[in-house]
Amino acid sequence: MPITYYIILSFALFSIGVVGVLTRRNAIIIFMCIELMLNAVNLLLVAFSKMHMNAAFQAANLSGTAGTDGQLFVFFIMVVAAAEVSVGLAIIVMMYRNIHSVDVNFLNRLKH
Amino acid sequence: MNIIQILFGVLSAIAIFSALMMVTSKNPVYSVLWLIATFFAISGHYILLNAQFLAIVNIIVYAGAIMVLFLFVIMLMNLNKESEPRKSRWLKIAGAIAGGCLLLVLVAALKDSAVDGQVATVNQGNIGLIKSLGKELFTTYVVPFEISSVLFLSAMVGAVVIGKKE
Repeated sequence: MPITYYIILSFALFSIGVVGVLTRRNAIIIFMCIELMLNAVNLLLVAFSKMHMNAAFQAANLSGTAGTDGQLFVFFIMVVAAAEVSVGLAIIVMMYRNIHSVDVNFLNRLKH
Repeated sequence: MNIIQILFGVLSAIAIFSALMMVTSKNPVYSVLWLIATFFAISGHYILLNAQFLAIVNIIVYAGAIMVLFLFVIMLMNLNKESEPRKSRWLKIAGAIAGGCLLLVLVAALKDSAVDGQVATVNQGNIGLIKSLGKELFTTYVVPFEISSVLFLSAMVGAVVIGKKE
């Protein structure tokens, strides 16, 4: 499968995430759009790791571990995303307790 | 047009359609469910790329744990109704145009890139299996792996400190 297809698919998913961040006002949905952008990047990293493996095979380097790094980066991105979600949802719950809404437009003055 | 291209097209269509529905649906619970559908489609792409470990981890961690956390928060705060105030239509159109321009610029930048003609191997290669990934993770990347446990500990402490009642 040509790498260009995967790049365009990841760009499309990332752009949909950007549109969601720009147009929605619910803080939870903005957070979910950020998760979508992270997943688009993950998909691109996995595709690039397989591309790297293919290039190593073409160069007759049959050691077989070329491209493992990209998939481990995806693993670490998932680790960081899980930690980020736990802290971010705690912040959203605290925000809901203070201003009784999750609308980000109530927060644009950074005070309450 | 072989079976792999058909699978790629179907999975891509599911992923993009679910992502669009996630952005446009009014009810936050529906958004979470559409995002889970997107994650399953991306996991299908991982399986197609023979990255089975990441496919399973994506389903367990994202669709299983993170999205259930989102659902818990939405239902605890009783947000599962269409309560979002109306935003001006022009702002939505401007956001869509800005995102479309970003996509256009990225795809146009792809035209001159060096990856043209490169191929991502599908359905073969064993670098995505647990054996090779685990060997690499516990030899070369063992220090970041241990540091990530400290990151989880600090995230746990931070979530408890932020979330506790005054």
